[in-house]
Amino acid sequence: MGQLSGPTDPTADAHWEHNHPRKGFFTDTSICIGCKACEVACKEWNHNPQDGNLELLGSSYDNTGALGASTWRHVAFIEQGQERIIEARESGRALVNLGMPRIGPPAQAAPAVTDLAEADTTPPDTADFRWLMSSDVCKHCTHAGCLDVCPTGALFRTEFGTVVVQDDVCNGCGTCVAGCPFGVIERRSNGTVKVATSREEQHAKHPEVPNVGIAQKCTLCYDRLVADETPACAKACPTTSIKFGDHDDMVETARERVATLHAQGMTEARLYGANENDGVGGTGSVFLLLDEPEVYGLPPDPRVPTADLPQMYRRAGMAVAGMAAAAALAFLGGRA
Amino acid sequence: MTLSEFDSFRPAEPARRRRQDGKRGMRRRRDNGDGSREMPMVPEPEFTSYYGRPVVKPAPWGDDVAIYLFLGGVAAGSALLGLGGQLTGRPTLRRNARLGALTAVSGGAVALVKDLGRPERFLHMLRTFKVTSPMSVGSWILSAFSAGAGVAAVAEIDRMSGNRLPLGPLRKVLQAVEGPAGVEAALFAGPLAAYTAVLLGDTATPTWNAAHEELPFVFVSSACLASAGLAMVTTPVRETGPARKLAVLGVVGDVLAMKIMERRMDPIAAEPLHQGKAGTMLKWSERLAVAGGLGTLLGGRNRIAAAASGVALLAASALTRFGVFEAGLASAKDPRYTIEPQKNRLAARRAAGVTGDAITTGS
Repeated sequence: MGQLSGPTDPTADAHWEHNHPRKGFFTDTSICIGCKACEVACKEWNHNPQDGNLELLGSSYDNTGALGASTWRHVAFIEQGQERIIEARESGRALVNLGMPRIGPPAQAAPAVTDLAEADTTPPDTADFRWLMSSDVCKHCTHAGCLDVCPTGALFRTEFGTVVVQDDVCNGCGTCVAGCPFGVIERRSNGTVKVATSREEQHAKHPEVPNVGIAQKCTLCYDRLVADETPACAKACPTTSIKFGDHDDMVETARERVATLHAQGMTEARLYGANENDGVGGTGSVFLLLDEPEVYGLPPDPRVPTADLPQMYRRAGMAVAGMAAAAALAFLGGRA
Repeated sequence: MTLSEFDSFRPAEPARRRRQDGKRGMRRRRDNGDGSREMPMVPEPEFTSYYGRPVVKPAPWGDDVAIYLFLGGVAAGSALLGLGGQLTGRPTLRRNARLGALTAVSGGAVALVKDLGRPERFLHMLRTFKVTSPMSVGSWILSAFSAGAGVAAVAEIDRMSGNRLPLGPLRKVLQAVEGPAGVEAALFAGPLAAYTAVLLGDTATPTWNAAHEELPFVFVSSACLASAGLAMVTTPVRETGPARKLAVLGVVGDVLAMKIMERRMDPIAAEPLHQGKAGTMLKWSERLAVAGGLGTLLGGRNRIAAAASGVALLAASALTRFGVFEAGLASAKDPRYTIEPQKNRLAARRAAGVTGDAITTGS
């Protein structure tokens, strides 16, 4: 068993013997155009049923809602006014000024980061309004809450360092759903595989939805990775907002990109998941965000619950001892 | 939002109204600068979310799981009472506790299987053993407990039916292992009562996770008082002396552990324990537990009063489990309970000078 928190190589922890590099995404939301090609490509490749009933959710152009059992890529749309842009710019600047200790060799662009006080903060584009678009996906955490709590071994760590559900093993107990600090994995309850295209078909029996009752989430296209292919979403992304590659390269790319944006005065840019000392040991999918994470529906300080499991077992052990003592006391305290 | 040029002359808008718990007027965190109360060390963060949608997903568990939490506790405590009866020569208490344990654990197991997404695959729970998964550890505890409880209860049924079960030569074996089986079940009783608290604590569900330090104590206390209550209902008073003591100890433990838990938890994550359906259930659970405890103390030697107290204790335990269960689900459905405690702890760490462990970084 590997460690429960902190920086580590998840593939080695899972006892993969050969040395595959860890794979991951870098989603650069600053160049996302909200086309949802990733959502479509993901559904098509993975044969995921439609969920919901094609209703308008009243949240900008987002009618998908959230990641779920049948939605493994979700494009978030946020509309913001000038005030909020200025706030985001300030909170991003504050992040840089925290003097975060860097991990690994300093990047070339690092000097540009240090003198942000003088950076030109005039908005590089529309100042009074902006649209944030961000393609969210499973984080493939270094310490994955879902994987840790899975009782059947259906969830496993692949040789690429990703986390995948085995459909034929999962019994749908639902523990992983509560275990994920990002709200990604979900048990599939229903969906529509095929919509009726003609009047006769409408009354015909709907085809069976695959994997009902089983926990489902992004596999980072495991079936494509083993064939040395790029995941469907990254392949389909027209702006290269979704980048795919070795995890270390992705983190490095992300750091360079955020430094570039800072140098251009976009101090609102920040990375999400690139720090291996965070509560989940760093994520396999790294994001570049332009506002606080909760604005995108991401948790601001996620922590894998299993990190506290040894302490929970200790407390449970004390409780068990207390229960035994109470029972002993009840019987031994005189046989009146 | 208006965009009038006179906007700058408007008085400042009042701070965003925080969710109020209707009947309880007092709020824990209000910075009235008169120094009469502790001032928060970090400013309250403004709460934003993505269109009010939840961040974490609630466990897809129905009432079946809450029923299991209750029945598992009853079974665990009953096995302890059964062993006590076995060792101290209280045959009726032993018989009723053993039968109660088997009935409760069977009902609980059925509820658990029914709640699975693929019930026909329930045996997959035993295809591996994972310490990191409380559900896996719990499945093994439940199996080990059920084996002992089952053997002990079948022996009782055989005795009650006047050796009429078609056991043949196995009857001798059964009679030989009956005692050890009772001991084995009692060994796994504590873990059975406590693991469910770890199961709930080891989730990203805000209220459950915030309660992980004290929840095991709440759950074992609740198991004690519920099983003692069952014994007081089923068994004549001359043999339930130990059950009455266990009931009182359980009530004291339950009320104390619950109070300490609520005090030590993150104040925002504790809110769902006081609100809505969960709040009502937990309030009544405490009342019934106290009433049952007092009834046991004062009228425990009267058969009718003992039975009534027993029913009150059983109801109290069921309400505790359902209340904690519902509070967790409610906390997962509202993004506030995920985002605010996390922002607060992040801000507190930063205020303390710890800046290297945030998921959001500037470089």
